[in-house]
Amino acid sequence: MEHIRTTKVEQVKLLDRFSTNNKSLTGTLYLTATHLLFIDSHQKETWILHHHIASVEKLALTTSGCPLVIQCKNFRIVHFIVPRERDCHDIYNSLLQLSKQAKYEDLYAFSYNPKQNDSERLQGWQLIDLAEEYKRMGVPNSNWQLSDANREYKICETYPRELYVPRIASKPIIVGSSKFRSKGRFPVLSYYHQDKEAAICRCSQPLSGFSARCLEDEHLLQAISKANPVNRYMYVMDTRPKLNAMANRAAGKGYENEDNYSNIRFQFVGIENIHVMRSSLQKLLEVNGTKGLSVNDFYSGLESSGWLRHIKAVMDAAIFLAKAIMVENASVLVHCSDGWDRTSQVCSLGSLLLDSYYRTVKGFMVLIEKDWIAFGHKFSERCGHLDGDPKEVSPVFTQFLECVWHLTEQFPQAFEFNEAFLLQIHEHIHSCQFGNFLGNCQKEREELKLKEKTYSLWPFLLDDLKKYLNPIYNSQSQRFTVLEPSTVSFNFKFWRNMYHQFDRTLHPRQSVFNIIMNMNEQNKQLEKDIKELESKIKQCKNKQTDDILTKELLHSIHPESPTLKSSLCFKEQTLLPVNDALRTIEGSNPTDNRYSDYAEEFSKAEPAVVSLEYGVARMTC
Amino acid sequence: MEFSELIRTGRAQAELLRGPEAPPLRGTLCVTSHHLLLSPGTEASPDLWLLLLRSVDSIEKRVAGDSGTITLRCKDLRVLQLDIEGVEATLDIARSIEALSSLESVITSFPFFYRPKGLRLGDAWHFHPPERYYQRVARETNAWRLSEVNEDFSLCPSYPRALIVPHSVDDQALARSAGFRQGGRFPVLSYHHARNGTALLRSSQPLTGPQKRRCAEDEELLRAVLVGARPGARGFIIDTRSAQAAKQARMTGGGTEAKAAYPGWKRLHRPLERGRPLQESFVRLVEACGDLEQSMDRWLSRLEGCRWLAHVKEALSTACLAAQGMEREGACILVHGAEGTDSTLLVTSLAQLILDPLSRTMDGFQELVEREWIQAGHPFQLRCAHSAFSHARPKHEAPTFLLFLDCVWQLGRQFPLSLEFGEGLLLALFEHAYASPFGSFLCNSEKERGLCEVRTRTHSLWSGLNQPKEQRKLRNPLYALNPLAIWPSVEPQSLRLWQGLFLRWTRPPEPSETAWEKVWQIVTDSEKTEGSA
Repeated sequence: MEHIRTTKVEQVKLLDRFSTNNKSLTGTLYLTATHLLFIDSHQKETWILHHHIASVEKLALTTSGCPLVIQCKNFRIVHFIVPRERDCHDIYNSLLQLSKQAKYEDLYAFSYNPKQNDSERLQGWQLIDLAEEYKRMGVPNSNWQLSDANREYKICETYPRELYVPRIASKPIIVGSSKFRSKGRFPVLSYYHQDKEAAICRCSQPLSGFSARCLEDEHLLQAISKANPVNRYMYVMDTRPKLNAMANRAAGKGYENEDNYSNIRFQFVGIENIHVMRSSLQKLLEVNGTKGLSVNDFYSGLESSGWLRHIKAVMDAAIFLAKAIMVENASVLVHCSDGWDRTSQVCSLGSLLLDSYYRTVKGFMVLIEKDWIAFGHKFSERCGHLDGDPKEVSPVFTQFLECVWHLTEQFPQAFEFNEAFLLQIHEHIHSCQFGNFLGNCQKEREELKLKEKTYSLWPFLLDDLKKYLNPIYNSQSQRFTVLEPSTVSFNFKFWRNMYHQFDRTLHPRQSVFNIIMNMNEQNKQLEKDIKELESKIKQCKNKQTDDILTKELLHSIHPESPTLKSSLCFKEQTLLPVNDALRTIEGSNPTDNRYSDYAEEFSKAEPAVVSLEYGVARMTC
Repeated sequence: MEFSELIRTGRAQAELLRGPEAPPLRGTLCVTSHHLLLSPGTEASPDLWLLLLRSVDSIEKRVAGDSGTITLRCKDLRVLQLDIEGVEATLDIARSIEALSSLESVITSFPFFYRPKGLRLGDAWHFHPPERYYQRVARETNAWRLSEVNEDFSLCPSYPRALIVPHSVDDQALARSAGFRQGGRFPVLSYHHARNGTALLRSSQPLTGPQKRRCAEDEELLRAVLVGARPGARGFIIDTRSAQAAKQARMTGGGTEAKAAYPGWKRLHRPLERGRPLQESFVRLVEACGDLEQSMDRWLSRLEGCRWLAHVKEALSTACLAAQGMEREGACILVHGAEGTDSTLLVTSLAQLILDPLSRTMDGFQELVEREWIQAGHPFQLRCAHSAFSHARPKHEAPTFLLFLDCVWQLGRQFPLSLEFGEGLLLALFEHAYASPFGSFLCNSEKERGLCEVRTRTHSLWSGLNQPKEQRKLRNPLYALNPLAIWPSVEPQSLRLWQGLFLRWTRPPEPSETAWEKVWQIVTDSEKTEGSA
């Protein structure tokens, strides 16, 4: 690789981020074409993918060497001290080059080779089939049909080829409407609720300015509300704050005028734009990265970052959407400005509340493929895959995952997957290791020939399914068909396992999750054993052998179980079942924690007895 | 009996609202000497709804037309609303509840009348005395002895009869040391750390006064502690007040150990909040938790402003410091504040929980609470007279014990497999500390309990809790003995608001409860399959 000048530096120190007494590990730093690797003296490896690097910073030279701080998109922050400034400079420059690629073809996904043949790769890509998904929802049907209007991406470049629209909406209406919508993103079906016969539709803002109207667009909205046989009115949710929407009118965009559209109920829900979200996360990370943070600074920082307020806003919008469908039986059209950020958040989260299928592992993949990937959430720009405009980067998808996490906290039995699944997906939207999240829309992905040149993430997650299952998932319970989360402020918590996922010392030292998971598996295994034994006993009896044999058989299996159980309890436990050395929990150690720094006083030498004080005390005693 | 004079009206028709989750109850309301009863009409469930009057923290009445509303705010943070027919009846019932719930006499309180089926008086009362702990210490070392110098409570009214003290110090010396410590609380053993032979002690402040008085026997006592541990052992005195507060205490006769007088001992100041500010912190947190409509920003700023979690952090890190001093430095630790009955106990009991696997078992934890809080003379009656809702001017109230429970809960969250008991036990202890049919938390000290004959005339909470039917609520199904020390993280990101307590009555409990049911089921399944395999 032309960017790598130094491939190996020895005697590098890795500082603990939260230790105030500068605890460090010494080891060797390696630079490969795809990863930065640090191996410490205990042979523990820390791998950092170049694509995960958000920023590299070289701090002022110190006596022990040249500090290099690397911030990653998965919220890992590493602080190296490189002994020689020259080496540090080389690594710094290499990382700057390697972490910001100019072309898609240079991303890891195009060189990643998991040793699969072409048919296996294709099978992987076919795992999620959106046509199948619409069929599952019950479309096409008498009211909704597949439109071929965008088959060649002629009407809207950022939409997928296959779009579902009301049966009574003719092609001219669609074309007319698309011309009246920002980026041509006209109203289409996102989710169809079979029982209520109500639909979630999505689009971008109308180009209404102060007074413009479009008959075709009005017709299309009417067609959507007519496609709902139960309820004649429909909601139009503008997910922006009202002020932002009004400001857009001056630019010839804006929002629907209720007077022009019959039977619509217009509603703002006030989710802030990508720029506000980006700086909110930045503030949050600044606060929680502070060394020696006090409880009060943490909460005032959490408040001033506004992050949880934004999460609550997204959640509230999704709840509004789900209620409109469940309680009022009304269809809902959701949009924001371009209809690929907030709209994706609200539509997908709303569907997740309504349909328990999306709370399964497979269903969640489908949901992401449908409302995020297919409908053109600009993953490459929002995640900064390429060296592009930093103002396009925004944690919109991260917010979606966080909302889902909050739901899993409120409804611990409603999801088939666990937190590790969410974290792993988050890892891979930035890793560029798989093709799913590359590019900004389907058209671009086809041009990149991702299905031929890269692999799909989903089959790899399914291979490790065990790690991602929620052991207390209850698929039977009818109570969980529609989730009605509470959004009272105190239900929102800081997601430590996301934003501190690599800060081992901050996490619980034992994992309930693992132990339940293992017990569950053990139960299944033992039940199987019992069945096998019983059948063997039967066989034995048939053969009229004496019962000594059965005892032997029983003996041969039983001893395993106690050891299995005791092995679960202690030793090393991983908090999150992700194969990462840093997340391993080794018992716990007081020196990991900050109160240990108080204890420095312990090691200080005892000051000599002040004789004067002694004398004074003597006299007065 | 005086009760009948306080009950103005026997009964009335009423409807009870128990928060957003539970359905309202309608029936006949009835005030008895210790309870508020609601007996539903024939058509509804036959269950009687019962509230211990002692658990009412504040009462608010409103009348409109020919009916009235009484809002009861309970010490366990529950808020109940009673809609009562008739203005007179409402006012009478309100006055009766007010009078009966604020009775101060101990011997007329409900525990003296409570006679549940299946429990025998006197059971479990002799379950956890210090003698029992001494047996354990005696097996580990012979540096300590059990002294009955306080047999008649004359040395220290707030200590129990028996105390564990250095073997080489005789009772006379103890008496002199007691005279030099506030309230007679001379240094006694709280926990012996067998692994490296160090000891955790607690006491009250020395009465050095402005003249910096000294006491040879007190100095000798602490010297004997170091000698008994091992030659050359060091000691640390953790004063739970700031250096300045400790200095100021000299003006009123108190003070802190002079460096020169206690060779081998070094003093560290770790100020912990206590008294009025701690009570106010509790009140403000509960206020914030009662507001369902507030914005995210308001909630976060109130959570910050009340400082409760900051107190949790301080308490935990001070306990960790004490535990670390013993485990890592092999030092002996003496903890005291001023009186030695509040933050001192908070630190010593938490440090034991961190270090001692036995104290993390069901029995061990009950023993810890009995030994380090009840018998050690935490003035429960004064501290828990009122909870967070009372309008009465706080006098001696402070939620120190609640802070302890919260810290234990944080430990349990960070080490979910290492505590044999679950959140249920902590919630039960919180409830019973403030209002209970059992006698365990009555009075302020063993001396008072003796005078009131609490041990012979009331039931012990432990015998109530240890009935088999209660176990599932109180135990942690995932417990597995962990022989190591458990070092918690005290970073603000690692501490959580104890929702199960502070939001217990405002959040819908079902999903998490059914989840725990499921966990129980998996665990029992696993035991069953293992048994049959």
